[in-house]
This record gives sequence, C-alpha cells and structure tokens, in this order.
Amino acid sequence: MTELIKFLEPSAQIISKRSSIISGLAEILPDDCLITDERELVPFETDAFIAYRRLPLAVVLPETTEQVAEVVKYCHEHEVPIVPRGAGTSLAGGAIPQEDAIVIGLSKMNRILDVDLANRCAVVQAGVTNIAISQETDSEGFFYAPDPSSQLACTIGGNIGMNSGGAHCLKYGVTTNNLLGLKMVMFDGTVIDLGGKALDMPGYDLIGLLCGSEGQMGIITEATVKLLAKPEGAKPVLFGFDTPEDAGRCVRDVIGAGIIPVAIEYMDKPAIEICEAFANAGYPMDVEALLIVEVEGSEAEMDAMLDKIIDVAKTHNVKTVKESQSAFEAALIWKGRKSAFGATGRIADYMCMDGTVPLSQLAFVLEGTAKIIEKYGLRVANVFHAGDGNMHPLILFNMNDPEESIKAEQAGMDILRLCVDAGGCLTGEHGVGIEKRDLMTHQYSKEDLDQQMAVRAAFDPQWIFNPSKVFPLEVREDA
Amino acid sequence: MRTTFSPDQLKDPMVSESEAILRKCVHCGFCTATCPTYVTLGNELDSPRGRIYLIKDMLENNRPADEKTVKHLDRCLSCLACTTTCPSGVDYMHLIDNARAYIEKTYDRPMMDKIIRAILVNVLPYPKRFRLALRFAQIGRPFAGLFKQVAAFKPMGAMLDLAPKSIPSDTSSANPGTRAAKGKKRARIAILSGCAQPVLNPAINQATMDLLNRFDVEVVVPEGEGCCGALTHHMGREHVAHQSAKNNVDVWTREIENGGLDAIIITASGCGTTIKDYGHMLRDDPEYAVKAKRVSELAKDITEFLSTLELPKITRDEEMVVTYHSACSMQHGQKITNHPKDLLRAAGYTVREPAEGHLCCGSAGTYNIMQSEIADKLKTRKVSNLERTKPDVIAAGNIGCITQIGSGTDIPIIHTIELLNWAYGGPKPSGLN
Repeated sequence: MTELIKFLEPSAQIISKRSSIISGLAEILPDDCLITDERELVPFETDAFIAYRRLPLAVVLPETTEQVAEVVKYCHEHEVPIVPRGAGTSLAGGAIPQEDAIVIGLSKMNRILDVDLANRCAVVQAGVTNIAISQETDSEGFFYAPDPSSQLACTIGGNIGMNSGGAHCLKYGVTTNNLLGLKMVMFDGTVIDLGGKALDMPGYDLIGLLCGSEGQMGIITEATVKLLAKPEGAKPVLFGFDTPEDAGRCVRDVIGAGIIPVAIEYMDKPAIEICEAFANAGYPMDVEALLIVEVEGSEAEMDAMLDKIIDVAKTHNVKTVKESQSAFEAALIWKGRKSAFGATGRIADYMCMDGTVPLSQLAFVLEGTAKIIEKYGLRVANVFHAGDGNMHPLILFNMNDPEESIKAEQAGMDILRLCVDAGGCLTGEHGVGIEKRDLMTHQYSKEDLDQQMAVRAAFDPQWIFNPSKVFPLEVREDA
Repeated sequence: MRTTFSPDQLKDPMVSESEAILRKCVHCGFCTATCPTYVTLGNELDSPRGRIYLIKDMLENNRPADEKTVKHLDRCLSCLACTTTCPSGVDYMHLIDNARAYIEKTYDRPMMDKIIRAILVNVLPYPKRFRLALRFAQIGRPFAGLFKQVAAFKPMGAMLDLAPKSIPSDTSSANPGTRAAKGKKRARIAILSGCAQPVLNPAINQATMDLLNRFDVEVVVPEGEGCCGALTHHMGREHVAHQSAKNNVDVWTREIENGGLDAIIITASGCGTTIKDYGHMLRDDPEYAVKAKRVSELAKDITEFLSTLELPKITRDEEMVVTYHSACSMQHGQKITNHPKDLLRAAGYTVREPAEGHLCCGSAGTYNIMQSEIADKLKTRKVSNLERTKPDVIAAGNIGCITQIGSGTDIPIIHTIELLNWAYGGPKPSGLN
C-alpha cells in the first residue's frame, strides 16, 4: 500500500544487533516486562492512527522509574531509538513505533501515589488513566479538569506528551495549565524532578516546555496534577440550528460577549445521527448543527448565564433549546459526545483531524471543509470543541479501499492547510505525531523549525526519542 | 480496521463473520480501560484490543494457534466488559468464541492442560458426577496448598480451594414436573435447572419457584433438561456445546408446543448469556435455526421476568443494607443493570453498589480454576470494593460469582432471588442464619 508519510529508514546496524539488545534489556527487566516474540509485537505496531504501522524491535513494560531509567540508559549507550507509549490512543500516530526502536510502554505504572487535598493536587504515575484521577477524588468533591474524549483510556503521560485538551478546557485550560510537577527520565538515564506541589517554580518554566513535547525530550514517569473543587451543579444544554453558519456565528458571539461557559461543543447532522444511535441521549434530530453548552455553578448562576446565551442564540435563529433534566440525561449527553469518534466506527472507517482556528473563522472553515470533502468524493462528520475553535472533522472512508484511503489522507491535509491559512494551527490537542509532521512547513518557516529542533536537541542530542515524529524529514536533512 | 483476507478465506463462514467484526474495530483503545486483565497486568496483549489484533493476525495468516497467542486468549475472562465500553459496536463475544473454536481445532495443548480441561468438561455439566467430585474434593482440600506449588497442578489446587465445606442434600428443586400457580394462572414458564447450581445451592431455584407460584405463575421443570453448554462453549468445544444447546432446544420446544411457555427462566446469568445466544450458535443448522431463535427470544433472567409482574412495594421494619454485585454475564453479557436493584429496593432493602462494579470478580465459569492467579487478584479487588460499602449482605444473580466472592469474605452472599422470596413471604435464606 502506498504511504504518503515516510518514516526514517530503520538502521540496519541496530536491527542486526537485535538479539544482543534483547539480552541487554532482559538483564534490566523482569520476564513479564519484556516482549520480543514477533507475534506478540504485532499488537503494538500502531495506535489509534491505524493508517500507519511499524513493528518495533521490542516492547518493554517497566514497573518503576528506575527500570525506565536503566532502559533509557542502555538505549542511549547503544543508540537505540525509543518510542514511548501510554494507552496507545493517539489519533496522530504519536505512539507508532519503527523497526529499529524499543517501545517503552508505561501501562504497568498505573498507580495513584498520593492524593493531597490540602494542597489540591495528586501525584500519579504516568500510566494512570485520565479519568482515574477524577474517580479517585470524586467522593471528596474534587476532579482533574482536562477531559479528552478518550479520558476513559488515555494516560496522563500521553496527555502531557500531547498537551491534551478536552471539552471542559474552554474554562479550565488544557493539560499544561493543570500540571504542577514532573518526574522525567532524561536521554542518558538521569532522573530529574521538576516543580512540585506549589503553583510556580523558580527559574525557567521547563514543565511548560516539556508539556506537549511529544515524547521527544524524555520519558515522563510521574506527574503532580492540580485538583479542582467540583462545581455546585452543572448541566449541558442543547442548542439546535438550521445551518452550520448560524451555529458557528453563535459560538463566536457568545465568547465575544464575554460569556465563558464550561464547554461549547459542536456536532453536525451526521455526527448527531452517529452519537444518538450509540447513546440515545435525546439530541434533536431535525437540525443541521447542534451546540452542547455546559454551564455550571448554583442554580441561579446557571440560569443567569443560560439566559444570556439564549439571548445571543436567538439572534442566530436558534431552532431548539433543550436543557438536560437530570444527572442521568446529562451523563448520556456527554457519553454520546465523548464516544463520537469510536461510534463513527459503526458506519465507516474514519480519520480524525485536529486543526484549531480563530472563532471568527469557524463558519468559513466549516464551509471550506465541506468543499474539500466534496472535491474528493468523501463524507465527513464534524464534532468538535467549538468554544476554543478546535475542529475535529472526521473523514469517513473505506480503509480496505487503497485509493479511497489515499484520498482521505489528502483531504485531511487540505483541511489542515485551510485551518493554518485561516489563521489557526495544525493541532489543537492531538499533537503533530506522524500524521501532521509534513505539514509543519506549512505552519512554520525553516528558521522557526531550526530553533525548535535546537531546543529538542538540547534535551535529546542523539535524537533517540520518538525520532520519526513532529519534524519533517527534509527539514532535518537540511539542518 | 483494515483487514487483508482473501476471497477464498472469506468463504469460510467463521472467517467471514470474524472479518465483519474486525472491520468495526477502529482501534480507539477504550476497551483496554475496563478490561480486568489489562487493569491487573498492564499489558496490551492481555486487553481486548491486543487480543483482537492477535486473533486478526492469526486468522489473516491462516496460521495454527501458537503458544503465545493461546496464552493471551486463555487469559480473557469473557466478561464482555469491553462490549459495554466499545463505542463502535465490536461484537467481541462472537470473535473470541470463534477464536476459541479455532484454537481447539489447531492447537495441541500441553498434557496437563488437556487433562484438567477433560475433567472439567466431563464432570461439571453433570450434576451426579459433580456431586461425587465435590465429595472427593472435601477429602482432598487439605492438599490444595501442595498442588498449588507446582505450576501444572495449580488448577487442581484451585479446584480444591473452591469446593464448598458442605454440600446440600435436598435437591428436589431440580426434579422434573409442574409446580402449580397458587391462584389463577397468569403465566406459564419453564425454569432451567442447570448443572452446577442445583448441586451447590438448590435453594436458589426452590426460592424462584416458590416466589413465582405465589405470584400465580406456573413453573415447569422439563424432563431431560441439561447443562446450557456455556462451559464447553467457552473452552472452544463447539460441537459438544451445540449438542447441549440442541438438547435444551428440543426439551423447551416440546413444552412450547404442549401447553405453551411465556418465558424460559434462568437464575444463573452465565447460563442466560449462552441461552440467549442459541439463536446465533445454531443459525446455520437448518433443523434448529428457527427453534433455537424462538428459545433465545423466550429466555429471560429471573429479574427481567419479575420486573414484568409489578410486585408490590414493601417496607422493612429493620434496615438491611444489600450491596448488589452485578455479574459480568448480567451487566455485560445480557445488559441487565437496573432490574435486580429496582426489585431489591421495591422489596424494602437498602441497595448499595461497589466501586469498579464493571470489573469481574474472577469467577468467569472455570476461569478461577484455569487462571487462578489472576482470578485471585480480581477476587481480592472485588471483595475489598464490596466490603467498603459496609453491607449486611451481598446479593448476586450468578452462582459462579457467589462461590468466588463467598470464598473471599465473611459477609454473607445470597442470590438476589432468595432475598426477594424472603421479602415476599418465603423463608429466610439459610445463608443469613
């Protein structure tokens, strides 16, 4: 099958030393933490960006930071590339391996180490799932705010790598805004601690730099995250519109009026149909576009904010406004929304895009997306975080049809270029990974990329961490 | 997910069904989060997504099952938590069923594994043999520790550990015949006696029949009913499982055609999941396809059926806290979640639910025998979550879970139906004395 995106050529020299590398790793790790059998490696060949796959040299599943450090040290000494993996839910191929690389999977490091309510924070291992933190602290009245749709499965380590967002980030910020400390294994196996339980640390904001570094600057093994007090109440409200343009302008004007609800999510008609079939959430079926707006606080606060939003929506011909009537209904509304990507699998294969655009451009980009999809003769479902302009067109296609698969990839790239041209950027929360790597030159100049690569090299001089990702290959060859 | 089966391969109905299931998977990874073995072992190979990939690779390459693949597929509990979680609707149950049958056909298991499996298949589904075996087990119990020290004998040790301290002697609830409705008959149902349950706890079906009779339902225990086939089915012994299914289809069809049946009632949710699947299991059998489908449509868990009877609401004089443990076959296999809790509440009990209610207790048919180490870890986790709710009693609707959890806690664990029967005028469950 033709592949539009190239990986680095695997090093024949490393592959030829496979058996000695495996023996080296076997000395560091317990038996059930090292996977080398070819058949057992196959399930690790890709993540949730299944268009691309590469079999790794071996997979290690360390149980402690010390084991991670020893593996990294070994790889550094033998110049073996490393691809970190959390839950393997990346939609940008961030965790796809390469033939000469060791995968370091953090899935066995899945313990919450400390819940410190007085300091409103929790210390967790990198393999803890996003939702586990909120579940652990729920009965105490706390939660961890960033909520990627895959929060059930995705890990904090992966969230930090991609600086993940989520529906509720409109009010609470993304991962970087909710991170206080890190434990990280450096390229040579040195373990460093950054930050702590307080809000700021002296010196450079290295946590800010590392959050979103896509597994290219080190392996994060522990994180200290902020816990927030749960609001008094919260309810999602459904706003139905006859046209995507009305919905898009409504979002722009709500935010423009200084109203910041917790979340504003957008779904177009195909997405509504997909999500309703899965969750039976009671989404209106007679509209072309739907906004899920969540307000929170006391009843009076929620009503006051809702009144203002309804006033704005009316000026954009809102057709239906439906408040969730119970916690159960609210949960179904979010279940449908958060399962949107997976539920799309019921009707077709899909490729999920992740561009971010200025709110004033929402309606324009939605229209442009429709045109691109039409040009390639494909179908699309749009479901995304409208409040922060983070668009997720799901391009629907048949993966068993090689021609259609290529068209889907090309359409995706055109859509991302459109986002950049509209003043936005390539990625909101999924990261660049392998998927958007070759579009980085559309976003940045050669000088910009050179500077970014210099920063990267300061942390990883041999480029052993996740080497095929983020930076286009041709830019590096020139560098 | 992309698949690469050849048109020739797809001529095999098992392969074409598996391919259709695989094509639905989008590899999103949500299933890993709620999989008990992934949560316990932290290895994707022991998660649904990993197993789906292993199955795909094995079938696509038309390759006999190998040791590694078998190891990870054997570790699957078939709890089906993944099917509750999966947004794309991947029919994992039938995929793993197909894989197990494929393993049975293409893989030569180690001798000890074969022996254990043969014992289970030839003893558990037959009440007389099972009772006899339990008597031997009582004698052998002191040696359980010894067996567990040798890897190949671990299942033997686990079996001895699970054997109950006493075996009930009154088994009349499984005797064939009709139990008449107390008043004017409002419905006629057949009840599955099952295989292991009437030996381990005959009081469950006795309570069921008493309660139904009291609410004017006629209950038939049909002559010739046998094991539902779940046990052999989960071991990949397709042919034996289908024989069990056909036998029961014949028995119930006879009742349907003579006197009619409003439902076939099952009091062990593990069996319920399988009987509800008879229609699928026998779909390609021209003689049985229609009859099996009718049986599956009539099959109801006891709590599903009771919910249609609109039982009166009652208040208890003294509060009794019941923590409800939802068996995987109940909540994931049959997607029955609210009926048992609603019924218990209506009967005056205070109902609580444990944290991580979606996770399996480790029983899973014969899993606690075949994979005792993982099963023990899951049991400890489950018992700790249950005990944290501070219940007076734990309720569950599946004999496997009752045995498994019961072996790990001093809190009584009682079948939901015994608690309901007690509330509605039946005797106090003996487990509460």
